[in-house]
Amino acid sequence: MAKKLRTRKHKVVLNRSAGGDAGITFMLTILGAFMFLPMLYVIMQSLKPLDELWMFPPRFFVRNPTMKNYRDLFTLMNTSWVPFSRYIFNTVFTSVVGTFGNLFLSSLAAYAMAKIKFPGGKFMFKTVRTSLMFHSTVTGITSFIIMSALHMIDTYWAIIVPAWATSLGLYLMKQFMETNVSDAVLESARLDGASELRTFWTIAMPMVKPAWLTLIIYSFQDLWNKGSSIYIHSEQLKSFNYAIGQIMAGGIKRAGAHAASTVIMMLVPILVFVISQSNIIETMGSSGMKD
Amino acid sequence: MSKKKAVIRSDMTRAQWTWKEMKRNKVAYFMVAPYMIIFSLFTIVPVLLSVVISFTDFNLLELPNFVFFDNYIRLFLDDDIFLIACKNTLIFAIIVGPVSYMMSLMVAWFINELPPKIRAIVTLIFYAPSISGQVYLIWGTLFSGDSYGWVNGILLNLGVITEEVQWFQDADYVMPLCIVVAIWTSLGTSFLSFIAGLQGIDRSMYEAGAVDGVRNRWQELWYITLPSMGPQLMFGAVMSITSAFGFGGVVTALCGFPSVDYAAHTIMHHLDDYGGQRFEVGYSSAIAVVLFAIMIGANMLVKKVISKVGR
Repeated sequence: MAKKLRTRKHKVVLNRSAGGDAGITFMLTILGAFMFLPMLYVIMQSLKPLDELWMFPPRFFVRNPTMKNYRDLFTLMNTSWVPFSRYIFNTVFTSVVGTFGNLFLSSLAAYAMAKIKFPGGKFMFKTVRTSLMFHSTVTGITSFIIMSALHMIDTYWAIIVPAWATSLGLYLMKQFMETNVSDAVLESARLDGASELRTFWTIAMPMVKPAWLTLIIYSFQDLWNKGSSIYIHSEQLKSFNYAIGQIMAGGIKRAGAHAASTVIMMLVPILVFVISQSNIIETMGSSGMKD
Repeated sequence: MSKKKAVIRSDMTRAQWTWKEMKRNKVAYFMVAPYMIIFSLFTIVPVLLSVVISFTDFNLLELPNFVFFDNYIRLFLDDDIFLIACKNTLIFAIIVGPVSYMMSLMVAWFINELPPKIRAIVTLIFYAPSISGQVYLIWGTLFSGDSYGWVNGILLNLGVITEEVQWFQDADYVMPLCIVVAIWTSLGTSFLSFIAGLQGIDRSMYEAGAVDGVRNRWQELWYITLPSMGPQLMFGAVMSITSAFGFGGVVTALCGFPSVDYAAHTIMHHLDDYGGQRFEVGYSSAIAVVLFAIMIGANMLVKKVISKVGR
């Protein structure tokens, strides 16, 4: 073995050629630019004064950054027919109630499926796992029929209740509990006379904090990004995302306000992700499917 | 599992044993009940109901009549737009699914050896477009049909084109552009799952591999890395395929509905057209059933392929 070993920061690295490192960095830069530049353009647009937005030839970067678009957005919000605060309330309310309901129901079910052996448990989990394979659009029309039978159309519940039982939520939670909650600890709690519910709440739940943070984020993103829905007709119940879309319909003069609103819409999920990134990655560690 | 009473299983029939187990674990049923009831109502029942309604001419107003396979016959023999939609959906899924899957895997692998702080930032750059709601509308601004659109502006300025190209209104450009945008927003759950899978691989495996004659990073990837993250590869595939079939919203937002000459019309749009706008629920249910079958079929197929990786 006369081959010279490569090192990175004084640590030996195996099987890494300098050429490969360079190639990978190059590829990553190109892909990164493809992903990042449009996002940067969103921010640039929101800072451009109106004459720069409608300038030929268009420029990528802003020359005289201004916050006017954001101020315009707030003025627009105050003059709309349904007060903008109502749209914001709608989105925040459905996001929060939907997310916490989902967290509670999914983890309760996931605990039972992961840690109690009962007839039918495996079958139920398999059904949920299979449902990961199809997009919810296929059930849209028939869900409408069911919701009208339950008198849920045109209420907050049409958005909230289906969000309480998402397949991805249960799937991630169950996988994480399976690998991260030891049976021995649960068993000793049961022997001490703790009820199953108590064991779930005081022992299992604190152990799966990363998973419930992940579930909160997924559920929140999903609800936050909900646009117009076939289940909601009343203007007063529509979402923030829908209202933002309406600003754009206002034409050239509104272009600046729309750019500003897009930035606000995207910042919230991104901030939430930044705060919880390490927890999400930890949860994803047990996301694997065996067959 | 501790058993309170010594019960000898061989004394009982299977049904008796199951009943006993069910009674012993009744708390488990209470725990799964709320979730399973809602899940059934909004996922299982809708799928089954679609199948039933697809054999009727239900339209929300009149009582449904049983029409056997009429809807399916009309769909495949009499509806040219549906066939266009099928073609577009398959093109979409066949390009977006694998490309987004490979890109997620490659990027996750590229950034795996970066220092944690930098890795977190790069992860955010790649993941952000998929979680930021309608931020993909920026592609509509970049490729806007007037000379203020960035791409048109640059091309006009360079003299490549002499008049503005109506990017999202031109049947030649609509599909490729929508595919690019769909890929841009597609580094989602599977990407995070791959990052976690790569982080979870035991470092000593690589050292052992080097001793056993693995000579470069590509061999390491194929012989050690991929086989040890099989479950993540499987989960990622399911998530990628499912979302590759769900990009109708992006198309509608960028090209309007219906898209020019139905150039980017997918099965999802067709479903929405008949179900959400014309209220031909029977017919749209048949569309939903076909779409459902395609999604499940694609997943089954891909899972077979993935299970062969590294073996």
